[in-house]
Amino acid sequence: MKELFILVVVTVFTLVTYYLVEPFAHANLHKHVESEAFAYADLAAVTKTGDANRGKELVMGAGACTGCHSINVAGVSAPMDAVSSAAAYGVNPPDLSNAGVVYDEKFLNALIKNPAHTLVVEHTFDADKGEMHPMIPFYGAGGDIDQEVADMVTYLQSIAVSQEELTPAMAFENACGRCHGVKYEKWTQIGTKGTFQHKRDELAFDIQVLDYKDSLKAYMGKLPPDLSMYIRSRGEHYISTFIENPQSYLEGTSMPRVGVSAQTAEKVIEYLEDSGDTKRHEREEVGKYVMIYIIIFALFALLWKKQVWRDLH
Amino acid sequence: MAHFTKATSIKDWLNQRLAIEKVEKVLASEYWIPKNINFLWAMGMILVITFVLLLVSGIFLLMYYQPNVDTAFDSVNYTIMREVGFGWLWRHVHGVAASVVFLIIYIHMFTGIYYGSYKKGREMIWISGMLLFIAFSTEAFSGYMLPWGQMSYWAGMVITNLFAGGSLHADGLVEWIRGDYVPAQAFLTRFFMLHVLLVPLAIIGLIGLHFGALRIPHVNNQDGEEIDFDEESKKYLAGDKAGSKVIRFANDFMAKDMMVVGFYLVFFFYLVFYHYGFAMDPVNFDPADGLKTPAHIYPEWYFLWSYEILRPFSTDVGLMAFAFAQGIFVFLPFLDRSPNAVPASRRGLFKYWFWAMLVDMIALTAMGKLPPEGIFSTIGLVAALGFIGLWIALPIITYFEKKA
Amino acid sequence: MKDNSRRGFMGKAFGGVGAVGAVASLFAMKKSWDPLPSVKAAGFTTLDMSNYNENEVITEKWRGKPVFVLKYTPEMTAKLDEKQKERTIVIDGSHYMVNIALCTHLGCIPSYEKDNKKFLCACHGGMYDFTGAVTKSPPPRGLDIPPFKIDGNTLVLGEEGTEYKFMKENGITL
Repeated sequence: MKELFILVVVTVFTLVTYYLVEPFAHANLHKHVESEAFAYADLAAVTKTGDANRGKELVMGAGACTGCHSINVAGVSAPMDAVSSAAAYGVNPPDLSNAGVVYDEKFLNALIKNPAHTLVVEHTFDADKGEMHPMIPFYGAGGDIDQEVADMVTYLQSIAVSQEELTPAMAFENACGRCHGVKYEKWTQIGTKGTFQHKRDELAFDIQVLDYKDSLKAYMGKLPPDLSMYIRSRGEHYISTFIENPQSYLEGTSMPRVGVSAQTAEKVIEYLEDSGDTKRHEREEVGKYVMIYIIIFALFALLWKKQVWRDLH
Repeated sequence: MAHFTKATSIKDWLNQRLAIEKVEKVLASEYWIPKNINFLWAMGMILVITFVLLLVSGIFLLMYYQPNVDTAFDSVNYTIMREVGFGWLWRHVHGVAASVVFLIIYIHMFTGIYYGSYKKGREMIWISGMLLFIAFSTEAFSGYMLPWGQMSYWAGMVITNLFAGGSLHADGLVEWIRGDYVPAQAFLTRFFMLHVLLVPLAIIGLIGLHFGALRIPHVNNQDGEEIDFDEESKKYLAGDKAGSKVIRFANDFMAKDMMVVGFYLVFFFYLVFYHYGFAMDPVNFDPADGLKTPAHIYPEWYFLWSYEILRPFSTDVGLMAFAFAQGIFVFLPFLDRSPNAVPASRRGLFKYWFWAMLVDMIALTAMGKLPPEGIFSTIGLVAALGFIGLWIALPIITYFEKKA
Repeated sequence: MKDNSRRGFMGKAFGGVGAVGAVASLFAMKKSWDPLPSVKAAGFTTLDMSNYNENEVITEKWRGKPVFVLKYTPEMTAKLDEKQKERTIVIDGSHYMVNIALCTHLGCIPSYEKDNKKFLCACHGGMYDFTGAVTKSPPPRGLDIPPFKIDGNTLVLGEEGTEYKFMKENGITL
């Protein structure tokens, strides 16, 4: 009985110390941001029902999207390669093939009309000072602008793969991968770094990456970090709420709100888990067996003690 | 030369050459331990087991780790965590054990303080134990440098800066320790050497000394009772096991130890697989960057109490308080003036001293991690002054303690 | 008896000889732990101050850290108040700002806005004037000034000259 009491005392002091240095300290050290479930509540709701066919005409024509963006599934290739695009715009504009599934519908509608505001980068692109965001707002093609924008978004949704077909890698590469490298997944801002037979081909590729990074650095103020280990260094909650609105953690950061849907965010997280916490499934699986074994081990130790001590009492 | 006969068995052959039966008696079956003990007496064995876990996991990490500033981070986070079979397991075991070993060390220390196990005759047990504590601290710190993450780099920067001695400005000493103006290649390689060779050697030597120091005074018991080990062991060997106050180290004491170890390992592996975050700071998963300091720099939890003693004062006073905190525990056997080797509960004012010290150190630990602002820095200052005050009070209150 | 003391003496003498060897090897060990010559050589950066253009920030490197060098225009020099003058280094009649290029808040590298003549840290919006003094928090203090020594028309970073010692004593830099 006395031993049980001692155990309780030791446990209580241990838990108090643990509570103070872990949950309590971290709650005081770091700002906590609640998730808004990717609702983008500040943006206007979509009221119009779009028409994909009209949207296609606008995207290919008056919308002037294809002046900068590629749409590979529709056979529209990019006017420039990634490195030249970055030199021209600061960053390579995304391919729009899957934009309709990667990004939130409400967000896309608002983005087309006012990119700098929707991306929450008006502090770095101040129109009054003549600092224009490289994506030109759509001012309308003569009709109801809301209807036209809804048509375009509906078209993008119609050509995109389904939510189920969107892989974590596709989600990441489209939404994050043009600014962030992921070394552990061999991802660079201009694509996956493959294997090269000749050293000079590899060096040529590396130079392209460096050139791209230089443009990006000039555009963003600093080079966006490599995200290989972010799932361990930042954790799921931080990353998820950060993607929702980077300003909530880093006021004044030049990283835009990327406007992904909740499902896309989950896939981005999964991609980062594959990179930085690759063995999580194995860990849980092995953990179960080790726990079962170690409990059996403890039981046998208990039984052995009881037998040895039978004569001693 | 000794006389050798033809051996009748392998055991006999060995016995003639190594006296294994005698060794077994001395180390195990006739190494006598008091019977009146509780599970806190098993902390020593738990520490041995944890040290073995650290050693084994460390050996496997060592095979893939690269002590180079350009590759260290990736060799840990990519090669070991992603590629090496069960590399993640070794790393998590190593990281969690490095943290948990300090929890057990603190329990072990406070057990010793509570039961007066450092008193007359047992001083060397205490002193060798405190030397082990210093060696483990060095081992933990040097090991923390190796993944070469942000916390490795900046903890290395901040802690080595302490050696400048505040106003003494011994920058040369700091640079000598680092082998560079900032933590860089020379720093990483020498801490790697310390972590995998010099300090482990010292630890193994000190463990030998710690065990050796137990031989003559024997292990203490729950009531501080002085036991006639010769008398009681005779009783035991004559068959009165229940009446004797002593038990064999093996298997009697060992069986109880292993039972506690069993329960401990359940706790330990639970942490390894499901709750390892406390032992592996998120900040250290960012690669070291000398051009960017993390928002908060704090040591691992087991150093927080002494780190907090440094913080509330001006640089020089803080350093002196810090040096005081580092060294003072070694002198406990001489600062406690009372000859009573009984549990703290039967020792008058010392009883309050014990709990006050424990609570004070927990308060220091908690404040050490929090940002030094407002109420936290006030609590930190009070706790730091309390710590120093308690040590000054110790000789006085124990001098006037009644003989139990 | 005589033999014994002689034996005792020789034992001690032998111990003494051994100790000399041990101390000598300690010296070697201490030296092995010293910063390497290549590391030390990289610890000093000599800047030829005639190479800088007015109102153009050049980033030099000193002991692994970036260092800003900015030569003032005559207008900038004329505008200096007392506080700003204290942070300024004068070499051969020209005025310079030589600061460690790390924001004192969290160590980001600020960028220089040529037209506004100020430094802006993109990370958290800290601002410094062209002498490196802080004008907008969060940074707790102005940019740090590295140890320097003026030598004719060159500036040696890493050595403490009289001008640097004066700055340090007066709390202008850490």
